[in-house]
Amino acid sequence: MGLLSSRMSITRYKVTGQLDGSVHETVYRGLKQHAIPKIEDDGPEATIGWTSFETPYSPDFEGYSFVFGAYMVFALRIDKKSIPPKLIQKHYALYVAKRLADTGRHYLSGNEKKSIKDHVVNTLVHRIPATPNVYDLVWEYDTSSLWFFSNLKAANEALETLFIKSFNLHLIRLFPYTTADLVAGLSDQERDLLRKLEKSRSEE
Amino acid sequence: MLNIAVAYSRYKFLGNEFLTWLWFMIETDLSRLRKYDTDLVSLTVGNRLVLENTRYNAKETVTIKGDNASMEEGLLAITKGAAVTEIHLSYKTGAQTWEFSLKGESLNISNLKLPETGPVETPDDLEGVVLEKVYLIEKVIGLVNNLFTHFIHLRVSNTWDNQTASRIRKWATSN
Repeated sequence: MGLLSSRMSITRYKVTGQLDGSVHETVYRGLKQHAIPKIEDDGPEATIGWTSFETPYSPDFEGYSFVFGAYMVFALRIDKKSIPPKLIQKHYALYVAKRLADTGRHYLSGNEKKSIKDHVVNTLVHRIPATPNVYDLVWEYDTSSLWFFSNLKAANEALETLFIKSFNLHLIRLFPYTTADLVAGLSDQERDLLRKLEKSRSEE
Repeated sequence: MLNIAVAYSRYKFLGNEFLTWLWFMIETDLSRLRKYDTDLVSLTVGNRLVLENTRYNAKETVTIKGDNASMEEGLLAITKGAAVTEIHLSYKTGAQTWEFSLKGESLNISNLKLPETGPVETPDDLEGVVLEKVYLIEKVIGLVNNLFTHFIHLRVSNTWDNQTASRIRKWATSN
């Protein structure tokens, strides 16, 4: 689900810190450096990187194409290889049968079974194409506000990690406590009271 | 600032109390909500409401689904000490309507349906549509922030314990 979807999910963040130099140039460099590779790697189970909002399957940030008015709009892409369990089961059974036939034994040890399973998974990972998942984001630098178009835990964690790596800025997720602390304009005294709050008696 | 993970779980009750208060306000004092958001024409509970009661270390969940569903069970759950953990809302300003769900513990917005925007027929249309979408999303995020801000100021005041909590209980009991 993304910015142009008919239904969308949004996780809100506050960006802490400031970029040095030109904002658009610094973001451009961060995006380019951590862009998802254009050519699919046959190695790892998951590849994570930035991609462009307009052309998510062919990342292109040239000409600051990620700038829309006061906003920067780009996307996180997670390409993940999911091997169906039944496929692992099939190849595992074939390998086990072959090993038994080759050795003339009737049983395999636990370690042998584990090593066959690892081998099967590694072989299949190289043969199976990754499924791309694209999650848009909108970043308004002047207000330090960022919207990420997914509520999925893994996608949000990947965003938080890649964001700091790319731009050296932290993201603070806005949930009840952080919204109260950072957005609601509480006084110092109210902030002290907030920290001491316990569940309301009516909700106990 | 507290550790983020600790703050998330330690204070997630605040989000659930916010949604419970919001339901109460929608049903009893919409005119006050209109003062908090001057564009607001109507705000109604949509087709899904989830309540949770974690009293006595047991978790009881009540889910009310469907258009025009009866809310009696939800009110009964409130009288027993439950709080709203998820609410589906319909927000209207003039001729525009937004629909979305709000989760108490995270304040995450999901299933957001914006008012109709123009189609993207040529690459030149894209920027206009993006900016229009962003404007429409800002309206709904602004509403949530605005309502939560009023709630949290009330929640840290004496008025919450002295008046609001008992008014919510009374409302749930009398319906």
